[in-house]
Amino acid sequence: MTNHLAILQVVLPLIAAPLCSLINQAKACWLFATTISWLVFAISLSLFIEVQTGGSIRYEIGGWQPPWGIEYHIDALAAFVLLLVSAMAAITLSAFQRRITIEIPKHKQGLFYTAFLLCLTGLLGIVATGDAFNIFVFLEISSLSAYALIALGEDRRALTASFEYLIMGTIGATFILIGIGLLYMQTGTLNIVDLQTRIPAISHLHSVHAAFAFFTIGIFLKLALFPLHHWLPGAYAYAPSAVSTFLAATATKVALYLLYRVFYTIFGSEFSFEVLQLHYILMPLSILAIVISSLNAIFQQDVRKMLAYSSLGQIGYMTLGIALFSDAGLVASILHLFNHAFIKGALFMTLACFLFRTPSLRLDDLNGAGRAMPWVGFAFVVGGLGLIGVPLTSGFISKWLLVSAVIEQGHWWLVAIIVFSSLLALIYVWRVVEHLFFREASAALVANKQPIGALLPFTWVVLLSTLYFGINSDFPVQAAKAAAKALQ
Amino acid sequence: MILANSLYLNFAIPVIGACLIALLHQRRRTVELVFIGTAAVLLWNTLHLFDLGEAAYFINVSPFSLIDSIPLAFHLEPLGLLFSAIASSLFLVTTLYAIGYMNANNEKHLARFYFCFCIAIFAVMGIAFAANLLTLFIFYEILSFSTYPLVTHKGNEAARNGGRVYLGLLLSTSIGFFLIAILWVWSSTGELDFVRNGFLQEQMPKEALIILYTLFAFGVGKAGLMPFHRWLPSAMVAPTPVSALLHAVAVVKAGVFCVLKITVYVFGLDLLSEGSASNLIIWVATATMLLASLVALSQDNLKARLAYSTVSQLSYIVVGAALATASSVAGASMHMATHAVGKITLFFCAGAIYTAAKKTKVSELDGLAKVMPITFIAYTVAALSIIGLPPMAGSWSKWFLLDGALQAEYFWVAIAFIISTLLNMAYLLPVVARGFFAPAKDNLSGIQEAPWMCLLPLSITAISCFVLFFLLQELHHFLQPLFS
Repeated sequence: MTNHLAILQVVLPLIAAPLCSLINQAKACWLFATTISWLVFAISLSLFIEVQTGGSIRYEIGGWQPPWGIEYHIDALAAFVLLLVSAMAAITLSAFQRRITIEIPKHKQGLFYTAFLLCLTGLLGIVATGDAFNIFVFLEISSLSAYALIALGEDRRALTASFEYLIMGTIGATFILIGIGLLYMQTGTLNIVDLQTRIPAISHLHSVHAAFAFFTIGIFLKLALFPLHHWLPGAYAYAPSAVSTFLAATATKVALYLLYRVFYTIFGSEFSFEVLQLHYILMPLSILAIVISSLNAIFQQDVRKMLAYSSLGQIGYMTLGIALFSDAGLVASILHLFNHAFIKGALFMTLACFLFRTPSLRLDDLNGAGRAMPWVGFAFVVGGLGLIGVPLTSGFISKWLLVSAVIEQGHWWLVAIIVFSSLLALIYVWRVVEHLFFREASAALVANKQPIGALLPFTWVVLLSTLYFGINSDFPVQAAKAAAKALQ
Repeated sequence: MILANSLYLNFAIPVIGACLIALLHQRRRTVELVFIGTAAVLLWNTLHLFDLGEAAYFINVSPFSLIDSIPLAFHLEPLGLLFSAIASSLFLVTTLYAIGYMNANNEKHLARFYFCFCIAIFAVMGIAFAANLLTLFIFYEILSFSTYPLVTHKGNEAARNGGRVYLGLLLSTSIGFFLIAILWVWSSTGELDFVRNGFLQEQMPKEALIILYTLFAFGVGKAGLMPFHRWLPSAMVAPTPVSALLHAVAVVKAGVFCVLKITVYVFGLDLLSEGSASNLIIWVATATMLLASLVALSQDNLKARLAYSTVSQLSYIVVGAALATASSVAGASMHMATHAVGKITLFFCAGAIYTAAKKTKVSELDGLAKVMPITFIAYTVAALSIIGLPPMAGSWSKWFLLDGALQAEYFWVAIAFIISTLLNMAYLLPVVARGFFAPAKDNLSGIQEAPWMCLLPLSITAISCFVLFFLLQELHHFLQPLFS
């Protein structure tokens, strides 16, 4: 049994998804999907432990030997990201039941859980598989279900946001497919480990360079790296709150995983960075992402949009770590991927808590909400501090490592930019805090005593975990180091 | 083991106090008792740390590691002990005053107020005993955030704007300069631990040292060097007990304490006095000292005047640190204590005047001493101490600072000290003169002294200004290990 965990991880939610649509009864579906998600989490946890102790796992599907058969390959990085994705899925499903009941029409709820499980399947599959074409398949599974999930948003703008994401996402996925095709044409293999060994011999070919370019653009699109980010803020802002929480914490992180996998494992860091000098594109784009998105976040009236722009800036930090092209930079990048996922997830959860009593998440509707709902307001403050990177939050640890990596290379101007953008983060977070605590709450808000239910404790669990990892950072730092080592 | 337990206890006490306050927030009397009890137990425990003696200095105690190999670590050394003793003893006095003041002025959300106060003191303990730069930085930031709700306690427009400047300046300097300086030290030496005589010798080029020292001095925004001093006047929107303890003692002294500690244990006095790394900061601090005094002269609001006076006095300490001679550093350390006691008295008096007579401006104080004699006598004593006239405690610290400037052959700094002393008189004594000698403009009948819970603390601190004068020999002796 245990040696099949690698495949069960992906197959379990995949089989559960259609079952969910057969059950098609809101409460039962929720219970079923939540149980599945916790099972998946348990599996990924045991995979993680196994990888940490026994090294990476290779699983041959149907007993067919690679490179002919499809292989699942879970190394330290994959195990780390799997853990993150499955944890966020389990938390989201457990915490959001009441919000889903409110936000999504009853007859669509069964389908909602189906799409959610499919999206989870796709994200897990991208990470777990060791086969390039499989990556594309799972990418499409996760994307298509994500479009559907976003379109379920109450706001009618959710439809256009979803449509925009669909167009951009499809272009991205197609580019990635073309990249895979070109590599297959030249090497005759789709197995990632096999590709890795074959590419150096043919790396001078133009078609390999073209494949590299297609991969780059395709992944940047899925990653929402500046300037290919335009689909993201709308998608996060208008989706149902459960969806924006889950996607904000995982979708771009998996795209980032894809970036590591393609550029470090498939092409190899030497080819990607020394021959084709990817960092010369990645560095300016990261800096633009950090600065412009943070500036953009300051001027948003809708807090969810603000957080979305902040996410774009944080993605910039992660790609910046890669662009430094050093071990320390890579570790910082992977660590920030992990830390930021939980911080941003927790912040979106707090916003969902507010939604129980406020009419919307526009700043003016949040006036005094922190006073009326102190536990939620305080949660936002703690999450916001993590976003800024204040000591004792996990955001500080990843920023510390990132800035150390930057100083190690002597880029003092980059230090100035990181500091500057941290101050921008301070401004956009504090703007919300002032609305939450220093404005008079409307009478309707004060009178509204609607219970928040399980969402609030779950939000605090996630927040406390970010605080814990900020104080005792051993676990994520060691995991990130192991992951970075697996890539080299 | 004894060392670790006593040290951890100093952190546990304020946290337990804060938790109890949060749990019992419905019962006002109980909360007040817990608040005073916390302060008393904390002081008792802090004094016990002194008993451990010199043998316990510089032994690191670490609960766990933060990042990679950098631990969260604490240790004992004379400066930290001195700072913690100042903070915890004045904390006890302030708890009494705060309860009297907050009740007399009908302030709301008392439990939250006391809660944040305890957390702030917790942060101060962390700063006092931090054994490496990262630990120091972490508690420095906790102090900024935990005092923000205190500064903005009133929750109105003015409080919000004041809080914005307060947090904005403190955070941007700390992230922009302090953190970067720490990272720089870390990346070029691989060390962050405070050690006797510093660890930067022969580790960095001379030019780099100048920039590094400047980054540290400005980065510790709480030390109030111009042009990053605006947060302190902004913080005066807070209720007076906050201004008294935090912005005359805990927060600002945390700032200069950081500068002192970094000077002595990171750079080392020899390195600074031989080279010219701290020259720029000597200039800046001297200018701040004089300019802030001039600004203080022009302030009519009593608390604002005291705030600028604090900015000026903090620069005495920074100059003392930057001069890096044995005398000047001793003077700077003593000035932490003497100025703390003096300035907290002045703030207590300002708060007492506000509580009793609802007056906030210097120009309104005419003749008030006749109805509030105790308050004004206390004010006079403290003002004389800050000016530095014997037999008040402040005279000793100024003496050592002056001596240090002359030893380092910075004659213009010595002259600046003297001019600044004259300015001190010019902005502190008008209050005394108006109170005692000017005829009352408006009807003062019905005004009487503030409640005893306010009067007792300010009398205690005023008497301390006098008593400390005779204890400075011991203090100087206690600080000797800094220079050996």
